[in-house]
Amino acid sequence: MATESKPRTLYEKIWDAHVVSQREDGTALLYIDRHLVHEVTSPQAFDGLRAAGRTVRRPDLTLAVPDHNLPTTARADAQGKPLPIADAQSAEQLSALTRNTAAFGVEFIDALAPEQGIVHVIGPEQGFTLPGTTVVCGDSHTASHGALGALGFGIGTSEVEHVLATQTLLLKRSKSLEVRVDGPLGPGVTPKDVALAIVGALGAGGGAGYVAEYTGSVFREMSIEGRLTVCNMSIEAGARAGLVAPDDKTFAYLKDKPRAPRGADWDKAVAWWRTLATDPGATYDKTIVIDATSIAPLVTWGTSPDDVVSITGIVPDPADLADPARRAAAEKSLAYMGLTPGTRMQDVAVDRIFIGSCTNSRIEDLRAAAAIAQGRHVAANVKQAMVVPGSGLVKRQAEAEGLDRIFIEAGFEWREPGCSMCLAMNPDKVPAGERCASTSNRNFVGRQGPGSRTHLLSPAMAAAAAVTGHLTDVREFA
Amino acid sequence: MQAIDTIEGKAYPLGRPNIDTDIIIPAHWLKTVTREGLGKGAFETIRAEPGNVFDDERYKGAPILIAGDNYGCGSSREHAAWAMADMGIRAVIAPGFSDIHAGNAFKNGILTVVLPQEEVDRLMEVAKDHPISIDLEHQTVTTPYQDRFRFEIDPFRKDCLLKGLDEIGITLELDAAIAAHEAKAHLDTPWVEGAAKAA
Repeated sequence: MATESKPRTLYEKIWDAHVVSQREDGTALLYIDRHLVHEVTSPQAFDGLRAAGRTVRRPDLTLAVPDHNLPTTARADAQGKPLPIADAQSAEQLSALTRNTAAFGVEFIDALAPEQGIVHVIGPEQGFTLPGTTVVCGDSHTASHGALGALGFGIGTSEVEHVLATQTLLLKRSKSLEVRVDGPLGPGVTPKDVALAIVGALGAGGGAGYVAEYTGSVFREMSIEGRLTVCNMSIEAGARAGLVAPDDKTFAYLKDKPRAPRGADWDKAVAWWRTLATDPGATYDKTIVIDATSIAPLVTWGTSPDDVVSITGIVPDPADLADPARRAAAEKSLAYMGLTPGTRMQDVAVDRIFIGSCTNSRIEDLRAAAAIAQGRHVAANVKQAMVVPGSGLVKRQAEAEGLDRIFIEAGFEWREPGCSMCLAMNPDKVPAGERCASTSNRNFVGRQGPGSRTHLLSPAMAAAAAVTGHLTDVREFA
Repeated sequence: MQAIDTIEGKAYPLGRPNIDTDIIIPAHWLKTVTREGLGKGAFETIRAEPGNVFDDERYKGAPILIAGDNYGCGSSREHAAWAMADMGIRAVIAPGFSDIHAGNAFKNGILTVVLPQEEVDRLMEVAKDHPISIDLEHQTVTTPYQDRFRFEIDPFRKDCLLKGLDEIGITLELDAAIAAHEAKAHLDTPWVEGAAKAA
């Protein structure tokens, strides 16, 4: 918390406060305040500790939860006894997390706990994620936590082991990127559309080497849950982290969360958090500006998240691309997606609907989808429409509001929390050749299952596609 | 980590932009609790394409991969680096890499070489019939045609790769500095502590 005269960005302030040791070659040893652990990227890290005879340095800063492999069907029988996981490999990976957390003294939120959920949903919801902290997880969507003004970024398993053993990481400071979006958002334009617009504008690799800070009236006015959606998809533009300066909305969101500071600590924390915003006069290495009024409800057409187009647009023609490598990539994408250039996006019929993932599974997302689903029914050509809350607490809140009844009456499936159909590691998959309107974050080849075809969109647009059976402009439901 | 000095040999001329880590190793291969044996699943969807570079006899066993921009984007899965290492890849040359994947590759002794697109294009051409040589010490990529391309690399990573250093070992030598930071944080930001119950 050194006071420095040079104006600094939010990123620089968090970085500076966590430098343990600075090397002459530019690499710094950075202290990590929060480590979230899940079953997929941790077994080899715990094995590494075991092999070297090392321990977990700070169990009090480490929280584990299963999410990627868990089936989203019922987890316990009528007597509350846990049901077995059918997939033997998933079961083994999940039990490895149980064993490892017990052996190394790490807190473990188990599959039946009411707080269980997607690691990036529970961090903020538990008040485990706090402004000004460094947050890591062996998962690229750790960028989400930047919504609270935390420096959150994904790490590999070797780094998971490094953090478990030392509570630090060896890193070089990234460049800073300001993403400024000003102006009012049009009807039907949600935080997901803002995120997709940013990814489209920057390109899938445009943010590589940078940490993004989202500035401008759109983010100041956006709810914390909306900011979580935008920061979550920073990585889809290549930025390892995305930040929003903490403000009164952040503090109101965190107040009384289970693990947030209380009493005198709370007041002291808020006073420090207020100092974190980027100083006037601080400079970014790069700035991009997007006019909020130019953002329409968006969908993706290809197999890279920057393949975005307005819902009122058409499938683009690769022949229009000058760069031969990009043209070849676009041709491959369209062949994989089974789409013809010039087709109206709204004429694209869908087989499955997935509302969930760390991008869009919080209560506001479910409310937005339910508002469209209410009094309507999933179209006959849609084989499956799933709603998967991001956590047990989100699920309980939604049920208290009656959203589950709205979805079930409209023909949606109401599931248990987890990563679900976002990444094809659990039974929720899109079969080969089928097309899914999905609120998740990646439309990569095979992402939702081998041969799956993904169109990324907002929760309201996903619900609209469910009831019409094709990609649909949600503004028609206004 | 195995030390690297020079890497010389055939190179897979893949050359596509935005090769994501779901392409390098699809999710169904991630259900393992070890680091071994992932080469079998590497580039599974590309290997399903007829005439793909990975099953082309000319490039069999190549230690080098040449790819397009933004290589390794997407998921942070280190399984992608393990899969590449398991299939014998020791270096990737591309115009750009995702930050997370570049770090994962480095930690598994895989060198990531950033070169401008036109130099990558030239290497793609040469690699069809000839070996390529990467000299980490001198930071150059050369071909039998006298091409000589210089690349930049982070000095810390270069040093670790040349010496095969273990990062956790390096960090643990700084234990006193870590403890000092923790003591200061205990006074400055006490609310950060104790957020999880040590089991």
